Amino acid sequence: MNTIENIKERFQELQSANGNKLKSLEQNAFDAFNKMGIPTARHEEWKYTRIGNVFNKELHFKPTSTITPQELDQMRLPGHENANEIVFVNGIFSTSLSNVRSKELTVKSLKEASAGEFSEIVSKNLGNSNRYSKDGIHALNSAFAHEGVFIHISNGKIAEHPVYIYHITDARETNVLAQPRNLVYVSERAEIEFAETHFTLGVSESFTNEVLEIVVEKDANVSYYKIQNDKEQSSQVCTTHFRQVGKSYIHAVTISLNGGMVRNNLNITLEAEHAEAHLYGLYFLQGNSHVDNHTVVDHVKANCLSNELYKGIVSDNATAVFNGKIFVQPHAQKTNAYQSNKNILLSEGASVNTKPQLEIFADDVKCSHGCTVGQLDEEGLFYLRSRGISEDTARSLLVHAFAIDILEHVKPAILRSYVDKLIFERLEFETS
Amino acid sequence: MKTGDFQQDKVVMEDELDPIERQVQGDYKYGFVTEIEADEAPKGLNENIIRFISAKKEEPEWMLEWRLKAYRHWLNMKEPNWANIRYEPINYQDIIYYSAPKQKVKPKSLDEIDPELRRTFEKLGISLEEQKRLSGVAVDAVIDSVSIGTTFKDQLAELGVIFCSMSEAIREHPELVKKYLSTVVPVTDNYFAALNSAVFSDGSFVYIPKGVRCPMELSTYFRINAENTGQFERTLIVADEGSYVSYLEGCTAPMRDENQLHAAVVELVALDNAEIKYSTVQNWYPGDKDGQGGIYNFVTKRGICRGVNSKISWTQVETGSAITWKYPSVILKGDNSTGEFYSVAVTNNHQQADTGTKMIHLGKNTRSRIVSKGISAGVSNNSYRGLVHVSRNASNARNFSQCDSLLLGDKCGAHTFPYIEVKNNSAVVEHEATTSKIGEDQIFYCNQRGIDTETAVALIINGFAKEVMNQLPMEFAVEAQKLLAISLEGSVG
Amino acid sequence: MLSIRNLHAGIEEKKILKGLNLEINAGEVHAIMGPNGSGKSTLASVLAGREHYEVSEGSVEFLGKNLLELSPEARAGEGLFLAFQYPIEIAGLTTTNFIKTAVNEIRKYRGEQPLDAVQFLKMMKEKMALMNIDQSLLSRSLNEGFSGGEKKRNEIFQMAMLQPKLAILDETDSGLDIDAIRIVANGVNKLRNKDNAVLLVTHYQRLLDYIVPDFVHVLYNGQIVKSGPKELALELEERGYDFIKNEVNAAQEA
Repeated sequence: MNTIENIKERFQELQSANGNKLKSLEQNAFDAFNKMGIPTARHEEWKYTRIGNVFNKELHFKPTSTITPQELDQMRLPGHENANEIVFVNGIFSTSLSNVRSKELTVKSLKEASAGEFSEIVSKNLGNSNRYSKDGIHALNSAFAHEGVFIHISNGKIAEHPVYIYHITDARETNVLAQPRNLVYVSERAEIEFAETHFTLGVSESFTNEVLEIVVEKDANVSYYKIQNDKEQSSQVCTTHFRQVGKSYIHAVTISLNGGMVRNNLNITLEAEHAEAHLYGLYFLQGNSHVDNHTVVDHVKANCLSNELYKGIVSDNATAVFNGKIFVQPHAQKTNAYQSNKNILLSEGASVNTKPQLEIFADDVKCSHGCTVGQLDEEGLFYLRSRGISEDTARSLLVHAFAIDILEHVKPAILRSYVDKLIFERLEFETS
Repeated sequence: MKTGDFQQDKVVMEDELDPIERQVQGDYKYGFVTEIEADEAPKGLNENIIRFISAKKEEPEWMLEWRLKAYRHWLNMKEPNWANIRYEPINYQDIIYYSAPKQKVKPKSLDEIDPELRRTFEKLGISLEEQKRLSGVAVDAVIDSVSIGTTFKDQLAELGVIFCSMSEAIREHPELVKKYLSTVVPVTDNYFAALNSAVFSDGSFVYIPKGVRCPMELSTYFRINAENTGQFERTLIVADEGSYVSYLEGCTAPMRDENQLHAAVVELVALDNAEIKYSTVQNWYPGDKDGQGGIYNFVTKRGICRGVNSKISWTQVETGSAITWKYPSVILKGDNSTGEFYSVAVTNNHQQADTGTKMIHLGKNTRSRIVSKGISAGVSNNSYRGLVHVSRNASNARNFSQCDSLLLGDKCGAHTFPYIEVKNNSAVVEHEATTSKIGEDQIFYCNQRGIDTETAVALIINGFAKEVMNQLPMEFAVEAQKLLAISLEGSVG
Repeated sequence: MLSIRNLHAGIEEKKILKGLNLEINAGEVHAIMGPNGSGKSTLASVLAGREHYEVSEGSVEFLGKNLLELSPEARAGEGLFLAFQYPIEIAGLTTTNFIKTAVNEIRKYRGEQPLDAVQFLKMMKEKMALMNIDQSLLSRSLNEGFSGGEKKRNEIFQMAMLQPKLAILDETDSGLDIDAIRIVANGVNKLRNKDNAVLLVTHYQRLLDYIVPDFVHVLYNGQIVKSGPKELALELEERGYDFIKNEVNAAQEA
């Protein structure tokens, strides 16, 4: 059987179960998936990223795979002793491995949440990410939404423990298709920090198709760190969709270091006046990896601020894609929206495709975007060498200097030093 | 309601118009229709129409074959829908593909041209008379589908410069036409280019021989006059080794309620060390303030820097047309070649523009520069769409792009879609874009210095567009600046 | 210490230095003066090993080694320092981190143990006091947003930290006012001793009021056409470069 047949079979299997309030949403999504199929390069949003190849390998759902706590230990992020840990194995939430420490946090399956006290929140927000991701991939995830998880953060509470989300793929036996789904609701005046990462066990091929939706209420404050450093056999499409439904503050940092084909869709809609969003990204690529960051910042209401800076370092035969959209909707006056994408190419085989895009329908706005593609500054290199610094070290210093204004936005010290270590290892690799 | 009340209302309304709007509402000056008898093909498109056009032009057989090939290809193509523009489907069978002003005899010299026609061009401010010699511009005038005359032909011929209508070139210089036609824009390039290849009726042909620096500006003035016609002109400019030419085109059309299609193709070829400077002031009828009528300007313009050290520079001032779809591009094939694109696009009322450029870096040490200034007013939409592509072998490529948008009013849109594709690690590509409005503080500062708001707006807009305007030849710069002011007459508060 | 013999060098096809000879011994200060385009900065660039400069003929010996064979960092390791005319700005790299890396890379080159953080800080404090430089400058990104004077002071501070045998100051006075020149010159003077040498490359005499040279050489058309004691600089200041040009041209015609 091929991947598509596996998907159909699994869908039929799950739909026969009773008590699923998300049934119609899932059916619609599945129909949409069947209709749209896997996006090709003719789809404008997939012009530079060929996702079709991923589906050519036969992928399987492996919902029953188990990981021991000892195995998990190898993969945990530093600071986990003090974190809420939400663990997905092959896309399925693992109650036994997860650990909720903060009483401000409620974690339920989406199936449960869509039926109980949170049903209104779920029905109002689940699937909103559809707005910017009109393709078969997103629909495919939605077709299995009830298997996902709902996280609720209570009113006025500051979660002292960060939330770590692990996506673990067990590809030790076979090729795996995993589709984690999350809906997070951050109530008024709540404050929370997320870190999300992916790990693969084994050497078989895997594809993770993740959708994470985060609704942010008035006066809430969310930091979100995504660290991608997975194996080259592991491909992923990660959609992170923020809705700022109240005047709130978002700080999102995406660090992509390793992986096969990686596509990130980061959407932020500013739906309330005076909301503020900051987005930072660093991709530091080697080998044959392909990392595609698509971001959407949608200014729906007036008086909001968004600031986006993505930086890329591309070596070997790696390819980086950046597509940043800023929308300023009619009446979103006094918008401030800034976007910048800077790239350096370190080797002959490296490529960058970048498309910073502005669509503006209001006149009283300050918007700018810029992008550059270049290489390490030769003059800078000579200056460092003339001070006795070897060429390799000088290159490392310059690359690190280039990356630093993203790294310094990784605010939790423990994550910062973790990322620094990864970058440092990569720099040593680059210069060896 | 009494009539008096109504009039009072009207006065109030006019008072409320802020200067930007007033400026925006400036009328289209070129909307008159010339009463000339025209020789037309029947409406619609089929192989017989193409044969008709080809026969009218007394074309050789190879040209007819070429057209038919394009037509058959076109039948299998789909109209593009990716641009940020909206319009009702075009009925291609409801267009007249050939219309020529009827003249009793073919003019042998400009003196024999129908005086009515000559007056038309004089009204447009383009004199076909010798006095143009003073400003040093040679003019080819194309009305509806055919060239009605080219000035200074003999003087140019002394230098070996060929400047004539395309139909004449096909007859008189078939070897040059065969060698270069559709080498830059293939017949199958896109929907509108294929259509143009099938039905084009005229346009200008320029050949500058080796080492010749063309001593005067060459200029073509296009005018759509007849009703229900489409205009499909084809221009080909070849600059042979070490030559230089500056070419200007201007366009206007009468005010009509229905939309008219203009689908031109322009091809530029620059050989070793040659330079072509191509300037356009496009002022096709944009439709009325409610979006009724106007020209659909769907144009394919492309140049190739085929030789080393060659240079192609596009400058455009786009104020007209209901819809503009146009991306004057440069293929930088020769080593050390340079491509430039300078554009001011103004949209007002219901106008839509999706315009920009493509810079395709193939050779080594190639340079490109893009300066695009978009001004949107009314309920219009103005998009910049550009591609900078650096291929794997294009070492040391450099590109700088600057795309600025100015919004006048809160009902219009400004969009930027730059595509940047870099496959060579010695490339340096920079793109910058900003969007802004005319600041109240800027206006106030001018007001405080005694400058009224309207003048202040004009000053600011001219300042905004200056970098592009500076690229225009003197003769055109003045006209273009006036046009800019007219298109936006009155606008800001 | 430094021995340049019949040096011919240029950039791309252009020949700039055409047979330059120069000997510098420990403890000496030499000044090279010359009109614009005479090859002063080319000489500094060739000595420091800047890319794209090609030596077509001649030799440069530095402390017994063939300097031209060495990479820029090895030259620094051997004790050669170039104070840049236009110091480079590097966003994201702090001056402190930069200097620490340089100090330890040079120590490594010489087979010495790297300085640990404590030793490095101690050394830095010492030199900061000596050079009268502020801590806040050092914690900022390298040269980014520095004023012209701050950049040049930073160059001399680096010189103090790296303790070179031969320091080449390329137009260090350009763009500085008299007060800034005095500060920079004081710094250089404090670093002078019998074991090191300084090569000043300058267009104007005014720097030489503060750093007094033992020898002045006039560079013209890629060659040293005249050498003399410090008074030669004053003569140049008074009479301008034209008299040298005339002398040279007259000699050539004869």
